[in-house]
Amino acid sequence: MNTPSNAVPQSPLDPRAVTPTTMSETRPLYWSIRRELWENRSIYIAPLVVAGVVLLGFLIATIGRAVATADPAQRAAVLVERNNFAAGVIMATAFIVGVFYCLDALHGERRDRSILFWKSLPVSDLTTVLSKASIPLVVLPLLTFAIIVVMQLVMLLLSTAVLLMSGLGVATLWTPLPLFQMSLVLLYHLVTVHVLWHAPIYAWLLLVSGWARRAVFLWAVLPVVAIQIVEKIAFNTSYIASILGHRLAGPEGFHFTAPGSAPVHPLMTFDPAKFLSTPGLWIGLAFAAAFLAAAVRLRRYQGPI
Amino acid sequence: MACIEARGLRKAFGTTIALDGLDLRVEEGRILGLIGPNGAGKTTALNAILGLTPYQGELKVLGRDPWTARDQLMRDVSFIADVAVLPRWIRVSQVVEYVAGVHPRFDRAKAEGFLAKTTIKRASKVRELSKGMVAQLHLALVMAIDAKLLVLDEPTLGLDILYRKQFYDSLLNDYFDRTRTIVVTTHQVEEVQHILTDVMFINRGRIVLDCSMEEFESRYLEVMVHPQHVAAARALKPIHERQVFGRSILLFDGVDRHRLAALGEVRTPGIADLFVAVMGNQAGAAQGAAA
Repeated sequence: MNTPSNAVPQSPLDPRAVTPTTMSETRPLYWSIRRELWENRSIYIAPLVVAGVVLLGFLIATIGRAVATADPAQRAAVLVERNNFAAGVIMATAFIVGVFYCLDALHGERRDRSILFWKSLPVSDLTTVLSKASIPLVVLPLLTFAIIVVMQLVMLLLSTAVLLMSGLGVATLWTPLPLFQMSLVLLYHLVTVHVLWHAPIYAWLLLVSGWARRAVFLWAVLPVVAIQIVEKIAFNTSYIASILGHRLAGPEGFHFTAPGSAPVHPLMTFDPAKFLSTPGLWIGLAFAAAFLAAAVRLRRYQGPI
Repeated sequence: MACIEARGLRKAFGTTIALDGLDLRVEEGRILGLIGPNGAGKTTALNAILGLTPYQGELKVLGRDPWTARDQLMRDVSFIADVAVLPRWIRVSQVVEYVAGVHPRFDRAKAEGFLAKTTIKRASKVRELSKGMVAQLHLALVMAIDAKLLVLDEPTLGLDILYRKQFYDSLLNDYFDRTRTIVVTTHQVEEVQHILTDVMFINRGRIVLDCSMEEFESRYLEVMVHPQHVAAARALKPIHERQVFGRSILLFDGVDRHRLAALGEVRTPGIADLFVAVMGNQAGAAQGAAA
């Protein structure tokens, strides 16, 4: 934040050039991300609202069932299951928010002509596209992580409170739940699946939103459907469909992206070496990079629509 | 160093030629009015200067190629394109904060000072402001940027006369300091005539007139001719003639002032009148060539 890196070739005699030009390269990126959050408040409001709803449901269920379930092991199992379900719901919400955000990201500014204002400022197209890509790839995963961890803590505290009030022991509830390990596994899952594995999906949506003049969603989805139809009719195969399904569901060994089967089970084995050696990961990342590069280039040419 | 230098600037949209080998040179410290009919290529020329559109030919703005170095160029160039391009969702406080965040030459205190003179509330969103207030806000942001070149493309379109006057007054009083350069396009030519130092007419992608205002005032004279001298006046080859209240008004290019004074009342023409004359003659010449 303090490198005077954008030294414009200025005559040192020009007094106006001396003071204000100490601004680091990352500042425009930081402010562009803040700008995105000002514009798209649903990025954090939607997951928070869903978390609130989940907690409300949990509160009702806990009070209702606390007395009924006497067996402590069973009680803990129920809690783990609820935790996983809650995490899955938040992740699904974040995915939907990310998809809709990307569809509008480079289209909205052209539609409302504000692209002329953004382009009148010394922010490069690369910075702009990176700031928009970092919403689904950095901001949303971090937010998801924070919300899930806090939510699980609140759920645990609620259970504890209810148990204490009903006069039952609490120790049995806390022992089978290694909170730190759960958070670590959650973070690993978010980084591998929601960031690295899903990156080409978000990048594709950003590219289409920068390209299409209208009906961004259709342009994003229809070509993909069309390819599948052609493949099916021409060769009677469905490789593309399975590739895309695989892309959405996550790499092998992660069978838990569907809501209801979240990856927070502490016994889950995670194998970074195996993940990093999956060719699909690197192919996907290459596609993501190509899509983003095309989006940057496209933004240079685009004006209001 | 010239602030803007273009040679043989070309740009076509399909078969429509927007810029047809435009040559242009704007020195530092000038206030240039770029005047032209709709579709003459004004906005395309400005877009090329601002790095918003690719072009053929040579173009240097403050020594840089705008198309490849837009983001660096924008540290020294500000522009207001059309009116309302400020995003409607943003709050006044947010837009000030954002520009302060990304622009190394933005003076926040100065912007706050300009805003304090208006009735714009800090917590308002742009969509809640009137058109005139949005223009005031944009101008406050732009005037707080210590830029070398300011480009205004129809900055007062759709504003009422009070806002328009205020806009140019504050631009002249609080911003222009003779080291900056301003390029402005507008259809309300008569409202900017008194602030310009140079004027350019553009038609069909070419510059058809390029002169300083001093040159303009010494070269072009308009005479409201006494009825008895009309024939004598016409013999001096006016470039344009029009009738107002039954009197002939003739526009001359480069005819001695004393000679004209004998024929009627002499005055400096409005840019708009000269524009009509030049464009009319162009259209006539084009038709003659076609016939």
